[in-house]
Amino acid sequence: MIEAINVSKSFGDNLVLDNVSVRFDPGMCNLIIGQSGSGKTVLMKCLVGLFEIDSGKVLYDERVFSKMSFDEMRMIRQEIGMLFQGGALFDSMTVEENVIFPLTMFTGQTMAEKVERANFCLSRVRLENVNKLFPAELSGGMKKRVAIARAIALNPKYLFCDEPNSGLDPLTANVIDKLISEITQEYNITTVVNTHDMNSVIEIGDKISYIHQGKLWWEGDKDSILKSDNAELNEFVFATELTRKLK
Amino acid sequence: MIKGFLFHIGRYILLMRQVFKKPEKQSIFIRQIMVEVDNLGVDSVGIVAFLSTFMGAVLCIQTAFNIDTPLIPLYTIGFVTRQSVVLEFSPTIISLILAGKVGSRVASELGTMRVTEQIDAIEIIGINPATYLIFPKIVAAVIVNPILILMSMIMAILGGWMAGIFTGLVASSEYVYGIKAFFESYDIVYAMIKTVVFAFLIVSISGYHGFYTKGGAFEVGTSSTKGVVHSSIAIIVFNLILTNLLLS
Repeated sequence: MIEAINVSKSFGDNLVLDNVSVRFDPGMCNLIIGQSGSGKTVLMKCLVGLFEIDSGKVLYDERVFSKMSFDEMRMIRQEIGMLFQGGALFDSMTVEENVIFPLTMFTGQTMAEKVERANFCLSRVRLENVNKLFPAELSGGMKKRVAIARAIALNPKYLFCDEPNSGLDPLTANVIDKLISEITQEYNITTVVNTHDMNSVIEIGDKISYIHQGKLWWEGDKDSILKSDNAELNEFVFATELTRKLK
Repeated sequence: MIKGFLFHIGRYILLMRQVFKKPEKQSIFIRQIMVEVDNLGVDSVGIVAFLSTFMGAVLCIQTAFNIDTPLIPLYTIGFVTRQSVVLEFSPTIISLILAGKVGSRVASELGTMRVTEQIDAIEIIGINPATYLIFPKIVAAVIVNPILILMSMIMAILGGWMAGIFTGLVASSEYVYGIKAFFESYDIVYAMIKTVVFAFLIVSISGYHGFYTKGGAFEVGTSSTKGVVHSSIAIIVFNLILTNLLLS
């Protein structure tokens, strides 16, 4: 379980997160949703320690992550997998080398064992015969899947996904959503997904936190979000003609 | 402006504290150094050899044309070429050229990794990105640059010898005598000390600019330019400081 308690973050005079308290539970997809510029990416970066918070605290299973030193944080980070918006694959490495990278750094496995694990992770995200390709040779969806394979290589307890569907067509986006959901349940991972894609919300939103103007505005699940009477949330959820008609 | 300068100095020192931490795995660290020796050093052999040979030739010809009295012996041409090459041309001018070649490479590589979130990915995996990415580059440059500079000295002196012979300005025996005349091994030590300091400055300053790149392709270009300009300025300033400290 991951908890953010009264987390605030500002850049200069611009208050981006204002006293946000939110809990992310294990074995389910916890979605952070909100408009562009609402502060959801900043919240995610605060959760993983890429941004230092101004006040409040972040806990990983009761461990106060935000007060830890760089070296202590590194121990927790070995339990974290993260899927970045652009994939963030190491472009000078092949697909196989990308997936093997965390294993090389943190395990004493032989090369054969690492390749076996990489093959397992790649097959888990339904990618085969791409081991020797470079990221530049992959499609957007394939890059995301390789990034997921790398993120799960060390059997993480926590998985963060920043806009996993950005730049993907609806079908591929659905494949990525389902993969994230399956992996979350299979390994009982605490998964936090940052998205503004309503398809993802309906598909995998076990728990949803709506961030508006840097504040936690609403919490619920994929069923309650459609019935909410929160004006700002409704404006976000039913922003398109299609969703309004569906409502 | 002073506030901005102090901000960058402070952040640079903090980055260096992160860089010089114990690497995660020794075997990976050594492999990274080998890769960087190839990237930063071996790739520069051609340009260093070419520039040094021609610069040595020019030094020889210029010196010969400036000797317009028979009272000055012709071996002075070899002596002046050697002294110019060993004391200044190879350690400083070649380091400035390497600042352009190696500095831009380091800054743009790290800058691209930063804007494509690859550095964040390394950090999230639990690895110190400063140590993993910058430390092997510094070690590689500190090892390989003195070798490049020694090679540059040899090539420049050879270039001067060839120019002297082919133009008929100086006889081979006189040039070689000049090369050997009044030789002090401390001059080489002085050149090597400068080279090592300049190698550190090139990679650490360019690495700093690349590591803290924000934005996109334009900013990567800006970081690369800043890396080259600032490391060149640092080389010039430290050249004066070191020369004063080591030769006075």
